[in-house]
Amino acid sequence: MAGVMESELQGMTQEQRADALGMTTEQLTGRSLFVEFDPDAAERFNYPWAPEVDYNKRIEIDTDDMSTTEVNDKMRALMDEGYGTIVVKNPRGKHSLGVGILSRLNLIYEGSLGYFAVGLIDGPNVRINGRVGWSCGENMMAGTVIIEKNAGSTFGAAIRGGDLVCRGSVGSRTGIDMKGGTIIVGGDTGALSGFMMQRGRMIVCGNAGRNLGDSMYDGTIYVGGEISSLGVDAVTAELTDLDRSWLSRKLKQYELMPDQGVDHFTKVVAGKQLWNYDNLEPTEKKLIL
Amino acid sequence: MAGKQYRGSDIKDVNQFLDDSAGLDSEREKEIGQHIGYRYDVNLVPDYERLTPFLKQYIEVMGWDDLNWLEDIHMGYEDGNAAVFDRNINGWVRVPDTIDLPDNQQDRDMIARELLIKFQMSDRHPLVNLRRAYKKF
Repeated sequence: MAGVMESELQGMTQEQRADALGMTTEQLTGRSLFVEFDPDAAERFNYPWAPEVDYNKRIEIDTDDMSTTEVNDKMRALMDEGYGTIVVKNPRGKHSLGVGILSRLNLIYEGSLGYFAVGLIDGPNVRINGRVGWSCGENMMAGTVIIEKNAGSTFGAAIRGGDLVCRGSVGSRTGIDMKGGTIIVGGDTGALSGFMMQRGRMIVCGNAGRNLGDSMYDGTIYVGGEISSLGVDAVTAELTDLDRSWLSRKLKQYELMPDQGVDHFTKVVAGKQLWNYDNLEPTEKKLIL
Repeated sequence: MAGKQYRGSDIKDVNQFLDDSAGLDSEREKEIGQHIGYRYDVNLVPDYERLTPFLKQYIEVMGWDDLNWLEDIHMGYEDGNAAVFDRNINGWVRVPDTIDLPDNQQDRDMIARELLIKFQMSDRHPLVNLRRAYKKF
């Protein structure tokens, strides 16, 4: 069934295509799909559908008169031609630039971007020589994103993997609902950072606003400066040697290592009192909140 | 590693969830009859001294300085079998019995990362057909 030709699929409806490719449509209940690794699988480093790009093949595009869709389409076309380094000039704060790139690529923006910059990416290395608006790197899966100046609110919302770095300060709700990956802030972060964080790591070299880590389920937040207040169920924990070595490694990597090292960082984790919240007595709920 | 308090379960031993597939630990788990949460410590950061040659090569090809998203990948357990959670299919992928498991979580995590990359990049990954079925022509 997997041998169905591409030309045959093109003439089918979406439902017919799913059927022809042998995909199951019934709901799985009680257990997960059984799949096993193949120990002899070939060593590949890109998704089967990803374009073959060469980092040494470089191009610059001026996007002054282009719409967001035109810019994103142009970048995909260039990747299909093998360009592995793309420099975008004059982005002019456009929203949603660079979203949904699912392969390796060096992407450089010479200027500031608007809302939802480089969201849903899976693999590219992005450098933004400017500022970004709300929700930069939202739902990011893998890769690195470095912002040279400041970023808006909900920086790295629901991020799942990769390194999202802002050398300046960021707004409120940084890493809200983050499910993995690493967010690094060179300056300060606003209120409710790490709200409902589920896993992953956040490093704030400066100060953190009120209610840090509110209702976090898991994950770790490291803060180098002052914390205005901890949110519900966020507690401090001991910095271990493994934490120190990991922190040092990450901060050196992005040239954000403080002169005094990392020993002064405060580690914040989930108190884990909210996991079985529904089972608590009303008086116990009050104690947590 | 061992000794971490995790989601109501105390991970005492690296083989805990291989030896006890039910893994019902807390009172709440016993009451509802299922294990709550992950079967590994999601906050364990990788030990870079233990990188495998394949992972070193992957990092180089991607142009990264570290494991990047793979820092969040750990070897877990499903029904008493070693398995890795694949976020791209929202399910566990089992580790075959033919693969010997090291006696510590850090080395197991490195194996998990290597197996997951090879699987995700292969033509037998479910996303390949999913993409063919649902992509825009």
